[in-house]
Amino acid sequence: MAETTRREFMLGEGSGTGSGSQNLHVGVGPAHPAMHGIIRIVTELDGEAIVRADVEIGYLHRAFEKDCEAGGYNNAIPYTDRLNYVSPLINNFGYCAVVEKLLGIDVTERCKYIRVIMAEISRICDHLTCIGASAMELGAFTVFLYMIKAREFLWELVEDVTGARLTISYGRVGGVKADLPDGFASSVAKAFKQTREVLDEVHRLLTGNRIFMDRMVGVGVLSREVTIAYAITGPLLRAVGMPYDVRRAQPYDVYDRLEFQIPTQTDGDNYARYLVRMAEMEQSMRIVEQALALIPGGPINVDFEGRPIDPASYVDLGKQGKTEGLLLVPITLSPNLQGSERPAHARVNAHDKRVVLPPKETTYGSIEGLMNHFMLIMEGYGIRPPQGEAYVAVEGANGELGFYVVSDGTDRPYRVRCRPPCLPPMAALHRMIEGEMVADLIPTFGSVNMIGGELDR
Amino acid sequence: MDGAAILAALTARFGSGVVETHDHRGDHTAVVTREALPGVLAWCRDEPSLGFAMLTDLTAVDYLKYPGHADGPRFEVVYHLYSLAHNHRLRLKVKVDEDDPVVPTAVDLWPIANWFEREVWDMFGVRFAGHPDLRRLLMYEEFVGHPLRKDYPIDRRQPLIGPTT
Repeated sequence: MAETTRREFMLGEGSGTGSGSQNLHVGVGPAHPAMHGIIRIVTELDGEAIVRADVEIGYLHRAFEKDCEAGGYNNAIPYTDRLNYVSPLINNFGYCAVVEKLLGIDVTERCKYIRVIMAEISRICDHLTCIGASAMELGAFTVFLYMIKAREFLWELVEDVTGARLTISYGRVGGVKADLPDGFASSVAKAFKQTREVLDEVHRLLTGNRIFMDRMVGVGVLSREVTIAYAITGPLLRAVGMPYDVRRAQPYDVYDRLEFQIPTQTDGDNYARYLVRMAEMEQSMRIVEQALALIPGGPINVDFEGRPIDPASYVDLGKQGKTEGLLLVPITLSPNLQGSERPAHARVNAHDKRVVLPPKETTYGSIEGLMNHFMLIMEGYGIRPPQGEAYVAVEGANGELGFYVVSDGTDRPYRVRCRPPCLPPMAALHRMIEGEMVADLIPTFGSVNMIGGELDR
Repeated sequence: MDGAAILAALTARFGSGVVETHDHRGDHTAVVTREALPGVLAWCRDEPSLGFAMLTDLTAVDYLKYPGHADGPRFEVVYHLYSLAHNHRLRLKVKVDEDDPVVPTAVDLWPIANWFEREVWDMFGVRFAGHPDLRRLLMYEEFVGHPLRKDYPIDRRQPLIGPTT
């Protein structure tokens, strides 16, 4: 904006005077049916062509980074759910990973596999939502319904494991909230079979569909040089032929032990991004199936010898001090609730008393457990990583999701920075839509898969 | 080139422009002076053996209330670089005083710096000399103050804004 001031740009003053025609300024959003997410794009139109576009963000700013500084390390986990709310599990694990790096601790094998499994299921949900929504905006409402149906099968899995559908808060520093439920592998197999059927249907509906291709092929093109200069990662980078994926380049958890491909395309247009996302979902399912076959520890076998009692009376006994022999009593709890059976707790959480809350049986059954719990919960105690800083990147559904945390040695993070994967493509959105028709804004915006929660934080 | 070699090469080339280096938790980090910063960034991007084609992240930290940091410069602007060709990362930091919170811009090297620098200006009030369009990114123009500064209370209310009559 060198020659006109911002005010002139917004109001159109000074444009086209004396030429007999005048460019039209149209604001798209912040509340617009085709804008899934609250964002404003101020466009300058010459007829139907976009001459210039200015993207304004920040409508969903919730002070994520400031709020993280106000509480303990585990208190930030519910906030991370709300970053990318379509695949919240990946955010959880990314944040936990950076705190674990600061602490210098490692999580258990089983926990790593659980994180991989849940992150990949989330990735499929994210891609399903992205493709479904952008197809709907091009008139393919059937695809949207099919995709959301498939997402529902996967969200039921997520609900089985975490107890919630959207705001799951499942990650914990040093582990996860609870172990996988019984029979999880078979419900995954069933859900994946249904998802594959849906994807097959969608492939037949969209890939090669004349209307869909007319709107997608050659639209929203970004060259490889521009993509890299804008630090764009994820499906958009892979759509210009760069096979960069954090899971392969700098493997975390157990990705180096699993076999999967990184689908790439070379055209860099909306259609290439669509193809990359469709192929990635199949790869994610492969990863989950391998991880379920390899996961150590096996299913949880609850031993009902002795006297199973319900958790409430167990807690009451503990509070009344009737703790004699209490540690030996198995209690019946769903593994989805924190306070899971002690062996399950040990399988999924790091064996580090400075970081991980003890299982509820220990908390209420022994003085040491209660003190341990108290030390982690009370203000001023809690998790206290040594002074320092760390950056961890994980592969989010939209690209590299980075967390940069600075610790001052107290129980609160001194600074939490989230590197949102969809901010770079949004910064480059004007490069994708300038020179194209105004109707092309919609599929291009859809292919970026902007998630307001992580863009604005 | 591994991280230690990158830091050694940086120190060899820029001498006193590199104030300190460390690799806490395996993240290789160099603190550079503000004067040396444009040269360091350009060299990191263009030197083939480094090849940092991506400015992955750019942010800042306010060290106002950090223990043992009372006298030092208040802000640190933090650059995270990534090389697609060599698959390595580097963190560069530059310290900025409160009295003169200005850093040279990186927009001519990486266009993504445009938005990242706008966000840092918005949240910390650190300005970037040479930035083409330095306005707030996430907050609105009428917002008073810079919310991620440590002396900005988390519960401060801002005056309501609306259409002027």
